[in-house]
Amino acid sequence: MPGPARTAVLRDAIGLGVAVGLYGVAFGAAADAAGLDPWQALAMSLLMFTGASQFALVGVLGAGGGAAAAVGSALLLGTRNTVYGVRLAPLLAPRGLLRRLGLAHWVIDETTALAVAAPDRGLARLGFLAGGATIYAVWNATTLVGALGAGALGETAQAALDAVVPAAFLALLWPRLRAGADEPAVARRVALGGAVVALALTPFVPPGVQVVAAVVAVVLAGRPREAA
Amino acid sequence: MSSGALWTAVLVGSLGCYLLKLAGLSVPAAWVERPWVTRLVTFVPAALLAALVAVQALSSGQDLVVDGRLAGLAVAAVALALRAPFIVVLVLAGATGALVHVLVG
Repeated sequence: MPGPARTAVLRDAIGLGVAVGLYGVAFGAAADAAGLDPWQALAMSLLMFTGASQFALVGVLGAGGGAAAAVGSALLLGTRNTVYGVRLAPLLAPRGLLRRLGLAHWVIDETTALAVAAPDRGLARLGFLAGGATIYAVWNATTLVGALGAGALGETAQAALDAVVPAAFLALLWPRLRAGADEPAVARRVALGGAVVALALTPFVPPGVQVVAAVVAVVLAGRPREAA
Repeated sequence: MSSGALWTAVLVGSLGCYLLKLAGLSVPAAWVERPWVTRLVTFVPAALLAALVAVQALSSGQDLVVDGRLAGLAVAAVALALRAPFIVVLVLAGATGALVHVLVG
């Protein structure tokens, strides 16, 4: 295993780990705004450990939604990781059930990106493990910071936090719509459709249900033409 | 929502998300690598995140409400278009929300 390539993989892994720390603080604050206590916020980062699903779950709860709609949104976003797992399986080649059970917990956007970008299988494993360890440690620490910090805020700061949560979702969405993403024109139509359907349904369905319904509607609208 | 119901949502959601990850490492690749499945997985996040942006910015329970959150979102969109870093986007959105709260009440 060549030294410089190894160093580059480790540098990328640690760099990504530090960058997601910012999202960890935002997630902790969003969880607090949604009514979760700091232990529940931390449990999500420890046990769910997939950022977009975590944001979705607290986002639906924060909008007044029920537990089923919140869990449903989290699972919809979690399907991404299934596809990542399929791509990672030959790279990680987990031997034995225990190792597979352990590796599965770290199958997320960032670790997949690190493993797939590495030049060979050994470095892919290294990138996955180094990225997973760094991101796991930083994500959980910063979640706790955000959750505890947000609990101590006054009324004006709460108004600020209320404005931060949708902005954080927009920041997660933005890279998918930008030129250079996968078919950005389709992604923009899909995003617009999702937003419009969700708002149109808001007065008529229990809070949170409109989010899941919007996704189902957009999928149904896109499915026949795009089925291959 | 009661603390027990929140814990249930947290734990059930976590278990489900873990099983989705584990399934990927365990199922035959051919099951998942169908064009319509990969398309679905590519675009579902865009629909879901956009729905969450809209609902978080404009709804309060079953009511549609325009307040500082929408102003914050608009500022965030401009910041993102100018390629501002994540933390700058959040700080600007938060500052806008706080400012509207102070001005309008």
